[in-house]
Amino acid sequence: MCGTCGCGDGQVQIDGRHHHGDAREIVLERDIMAKNDGYATANRQRLRDGGILALNLVSSPGSGKTSLLVKTIEMLSDVACSVIEGDQQTSHDADRIRATGAPAVQINTGKGCHLDAHMVGHAVDDLAPLPGSILFIENVGNLVCPAGFDLGEAHKVVVLSVTEGEDKPLKYPDMFAAADLALINKADLLPHLDVDMDRIVANARRINPKLDIIRISARTGEGMQDWLDWIRAAQAAMRPATAAE
Amino acid sequence: MHEMSLCENIRDIIQEQAAESGFVRVNRVWLEVGALSCVEPDALRFGFDVVMRGSVAEGAALEIATPAAKGRCLACGQVAVVAHRYDPCPACGAVEMQVTQGDALKISKLEVV
Repeated sequence: MCGTCGCGDGQVQIDGRHHHGDAREIVLERDIMAKNDGYATANRQRLRDGGILALNLVSSPGSGKTSLLVKTIEMLSDVACSVIEGDQQTSHDADRIRATGAPAVQINTGKGCHLDAHMVGHAVDDLAPLPGSILFIENVGNLVCPAGFDLGEAHKVVVLSVTEGEDKPLKYPDMFAAADLALINKADLLPHLDVDMDRIVANARRINPKLDIIRISARTGEGMQDWLDWIRAAQAAMRPATAAE
Repeated sequence: MHEMSLCENIRDIIQEQAAESGFVRVNRVWLEVGALSCVEPDALRFGFDVVMRGSVAEGAALEIATPAAKGRCLACGQVAVVAHRYDPCPACGAVEMQVTQGDALKISKLEVV
């Protein structure tokens, strides 16, 4: 309805304009992320209905996400795992995952800097993860943009390698605020670096006091058992109480 | 540059609203971008002009309000304005401020013809 004179629904136009040509204000209060969040809610419901634990792995490029995933899938030999790989270009990461025997789909975002919930919904269609399985979503390597996009995952897991330095949680706070778990990777390199592990932990907790943190090395296996325990606890937490053994 | 895809969301919402409310042109768009949302207002402005081309909001002015964020201290319960996620609690000094509001991202209103 016209806010100026209260006439009809504004369909009357003269020379392509509303008949008296006055501007009016429309109060919208619409969430800009609503579209993505709608897809994310649908993904989350669908995954939960299938008892599928979805983990969204986020980090800067080169933190070792794919190596960590390969090792994780090999060690989770009694659970079906599948992977959605996000990269701007190439299918290198999906190829590495498939070599473990786990199904994987590669999303190439082209110029895009993050995965969104719509892309992930289609990837879930293609993958058709098994009921009770674990779905890993390896996001585009980027410590900024993926923080703002809910994909319908149960948890965001941020991977930070020790070579990236102690101040990354303070420099890129949104990602650490959005995550439930931080994996501090490449811990086997600590003896060779002037990096203080305690300061990494303190800075991450300063951003997100509730963050779980595991020191890990995909190369030596340090911390892998803690990570697997965390995954199994997350799986147990999503089972309805009636289904408990 | 995820601000570009946010601008595409803004354009889609405005186009839907144009079909619903029957306006043909948008003069001004007011956004609310929380101080701790994952959005850089300058990048949003840059993307806005480009993305709105060819839509009812082509050439529209963009007004961005940035409401302050608030947090609650997990140590002492104090509620306070938070400028950065790493700010300590102004009451007890603990670095345990849990952000409770200030990451919203929405279109508040439109001026249309």
